[in-house]
Amino acid sequence: MELFEAHNVSKQFSNHLALNKVNISVRNQSIFGLLGPNGAGKTTLIRIINRITGPDEGQLFFDGQPLEPWHTEQMGYLPEERGLYKKMKVGEQALYLAQLKGLSRHDAMKKLKHWFTRLELQHWWDKKVEELSKGMQQKVQFIVTVIHEPRLLIFDEPFSGFDPINVNLLKEEILRMRNDGATIIFSTHNMASVEELCDDIALINNAEKILDGKVSDIRQQYKSNIFEVTCNSLNGNLHQLLQPGYSIVDSAETDSLHRYRIQVPQNTPPNALLQNLIPHVEVHSFNEILPSMNDIFIHKVNETNRANKRTNNEE
Amino acid sequence: MNKISLIIQREYLTRVRKKSFIVMTILGPILMAALFIVPVYLSQMGGEAKSIQVVDETGLFVNRFENTKQLVFKPQNVDIEVAKEHFARSGDEALLYIPMSELNVPTSAILYFDKQPTLVMTSHISSTIRKEVESLKLLASGIDAEVLRSIKTSVNLMTIKLHEGGKEEKKFSEVATILGFVSAIMIYMFVFLFGSQVLRGVIEEKVSRIVEVIISSVKPFQLMMGKIVGVGLVGLTQFLLWIIFTFIIITGFQAAFPEKFRTSSTETMLVTDSRIASPVQITAGSEEKADTMMNKVAEGLRSINFGTIILSFLFYFIGGYLLYAALFAAIGAAVDNETDSQQFMLPITIPLILAIVMAQYVINEPNGSIAFWFSIIPLTSPVIMMIRIPFGVPFFDLALSMILLVLGFIGATWMAAKIYRTGILMYGKKVNYAELWKWIRYK
Repeated sequence: MELFEAHNVSKQFSNHLALNKVNISVRNQSIFGLLGPNGAGKTTLIRIINRITGPDEGQLFFDGQPLEPWHTEQMGYLPEERGLYKKMKVGEQALYLAQLKGLSRHDAMKKLKHWFTRLELQHWWDKKVEELSKGMQQKVQFIVTVIHEPRLLIFDEPFSGFDPINVNLLKEEILRMRNDGATIIFSTHNMASVEELCDDIALINNAEKILDGKVSDIRQQYKSNIFEVTCNSLNGNLHQLLQPGYSIVDSAETDSLHRYRIQVPQNTPPNALLQNLIPHVEVHSFNEILPSMNDIFIHKVNETNRANKRTNNEE
Repeated sequence: MNKISLIIQREYLTRVRKKSFIVMTILGPILMAALFIVPVYLSQMGGEAKSIQVVDETGLFVNRFENTKQLVFKPQNVDIEVAKEHFARSGDEALLYIPMSELNVPTSAILYFDKQPTLVMTSHISSTIRKEVESLKLLASGIDAEVLRSIKTSVNLMTIKLHEGGKEEKKFSEVATILGFVSAIMIYMFVFLFGSQVLRGVIEEKVSRIVEVIISSVKPFQLMMGKIVGVGLVGLTQFLLWIIFTFIIITGFQAAFPEKFRTSSTETMLVTDSRIASPVQITAGSEEKADTMMNKVAEGLRSINFGTIILSFLFYFIGGYLLYAALFAAIGAAVDNETDSQQFMLPITIPLILAIVMAQYVINEPNGSIAFWFSIIPLTSPVIMMIRIPFGVPFFDLALSMILLVLGFIGATWMAAKIYRTGILMYGKKVNYAELWKWIRYK
C-alpha cells in the first residue's frame, strides 16, 4: 500500500530542468530516503510533495487520491534551512505553528506540553527563540513539524546541527513515529543514517531518478561478491590454494591472524568458498561485504554523469 | 479562512505588544499635543509683565502707550541722561527715548535695553507711535479721524456655489484647504509608516527562513494578506489611540488652564464655536476681524459634508494602504535584505511623494485637470482625492476614482501575490525588473 506516489513529475525553471519525469512511490509506514547530490532536484521534489510549488507535468497521489490542498494538514515538513521568528516566545510560536496545521488551540497546547517535557524544553516555554541555543531551536522546530501527528513526515537533513546525543534521540523518535504508523520521507547526505533508517530509497541526479528500491535489495544488487575471511596464518600461499576464478582483492595481517578479502564469481554460494577454505585454514570469521550506500551513491552518480557527458559529446 | 485570521492575529498581537509600539503610542500624542499647546503656552510665558521706562521729550506720546498684560509703561519726567543712569539700577526691561525733533511730528525713537527686547515689545511700541503720528498728520491736513474710520471697510467675500435649479451652497475654501490637507498628510504618513512595516515583516520572515515552514501549511497568498491586514489593523489602532490621547491631553490642558486658551488657536475656536452665536461686544477693528473669522470657520465647518468626508477618508485611508502594502510586500519578497529593497522602493515612493508635492497645486485649483488626473490614478488618488473632497467633487469623479482604486488594489495584490509566491523561496539571487516580470508571468 502506497501512501504517496508521484507519476512522471516534471518541473522546469526558467533556465534549467529541475525534475524530469520522476516517479516515486512511498510505502505506507516506511522510511523513504530521497538521495542525490546537491542541486539534483530533491528540494524541488519535496516542495512539490507538500504543495509549496506545483509541478509542470505529472500526477501526485496521497493515500490513493489525487493530491489536494487539504492534504498538507496531514504532512509535516522540516526544511533544510530552519527558521523561527526570533523575537517571538517559544511556546507562543509553537502554538501558532501548530494551529496553522489545523490543530485547535486546546489540542495544540496539550500536545505541546507533552512534547516539551519529553524533549526537556519545558523551562524554555516563555523564552524568546533568540535566547535558545541552536540545538534547542532545532528541537523546537522538530516538535512543530510533528506536533499535529501527520501521516507523512518530510525531513530535509534532520540531523544537521545536532550533537550525537540528540541525533540518537531524534533517530529514536523517528523510528518510534514510523512504528506508530507514520510514513517518513527523509532527505540526507548522511549515507550511514540511510543504511540505518531507510527502508526504501530513490536516488536523483540531474533532475532524473537513476535508482530506487529497497535498501537491502539495492545493496544486494550492487554487491561485488566479496567475502571477508579472518583465519590463522598458514604456511604457503593462500592464492594457490583457491579454486580458479576466486581472487584475493585485499589482505592484511595482525599478530597471528590474517584477514583476506576474496572475490568470487557471480552467484557463487558462500558455502562453496568456505568449503574451499576449511581444509587449509582455521576460519575465525566469515562474512559477505555488501557495498555501503555511500559507495553505491558515488558509483551511480559518477556512472550517470559519465554517460551524460558521453551523450553530450556525441551530440 | 481560519488560517488567515490566525496570521492576522499573530501579526497584530506581536506588533501591538512591542515596546516600540507602546512608546510610539504614548509619544505621538504628547508630541502632537505639544504642537498645539506649546505655542499657546510660550506666547504667554515670561509670566510677569516687563516694565519699560518712557522718556518723551515731545510729550505727545507719553500717555498713549497702553499697558498690556506683558508690557507696563512708566513715564519718567527726567532728563534722558538722568534716566539712563537711573535705568541701569532699576532692573526695568527697557528705556524708550523719544527725542524732541526739528519737525512738527517726530518719527524716530530710541530703545535702550539691558536684555534683547522681544519682537512683541518693539512692534507694540512702534505701532503705537505710528498710529499717533498718523492721526497727528491727519489732523494737520484737516481730516477728521472719525471720517477716516468710517471710510475704512473690511470686505467679506462670501463664496457661494450655485447649483442647478438655483440651490445655493456656501463654500469656505480656507476650512476646506486645511481639512483636505490634514487628511491627505495622514494618509501619506499611514501608507509610508505601515507599508514599510509590511516590507520589513516580509523580509524578516524570509531572512529567518521561517517562511518555508509556514507556506507548507498555508498558501503564500494567505500569508501575505494576513500580514497586510494585520499590520493595517495595528496602524488603525495606533492612529485611533493617537487621536484619542491627543484629544484627551488637549482638552485636559484646556480644562486645567482655561485662561490660556481663550482666543488663541483655531482649534480652540472649533471646540467653543457654540459661543459665537451669543452677541459679542464689538469694540475694536481687530476683534471684529477675529470674530468674522471665527464665524467663517464655524459656518465653514457646518457647510462641509462631514458624512462624505469621513466615509471617503476611511475609504482612501484603507484603500491606499492596501494598494501600497501589497506592493511593499512584493518588494520584501523579492529581496534578501532591506538595503536591496531601495532600488524597488523608488518607483513606489515616487508617486506618493509626487502626490504630496502636487497637493498645493491641487489646493489652488481643486477641479483643474491636474487635480482630476491625479485623483483618478490609483497610486496618487488616496492623497489627492482627499484634498479635493472638502471642496466638493463631482459624483462621477469620485465614483471613477474609487472604482479605479479598488481595481488597482486587486491588480496590485494579484501581481504582488505572484512575485511574493516565487520570491519568498528565492535566496541569494540579485533580482532585477526583468526577473520580476518573469515571476509575474509564471503560471
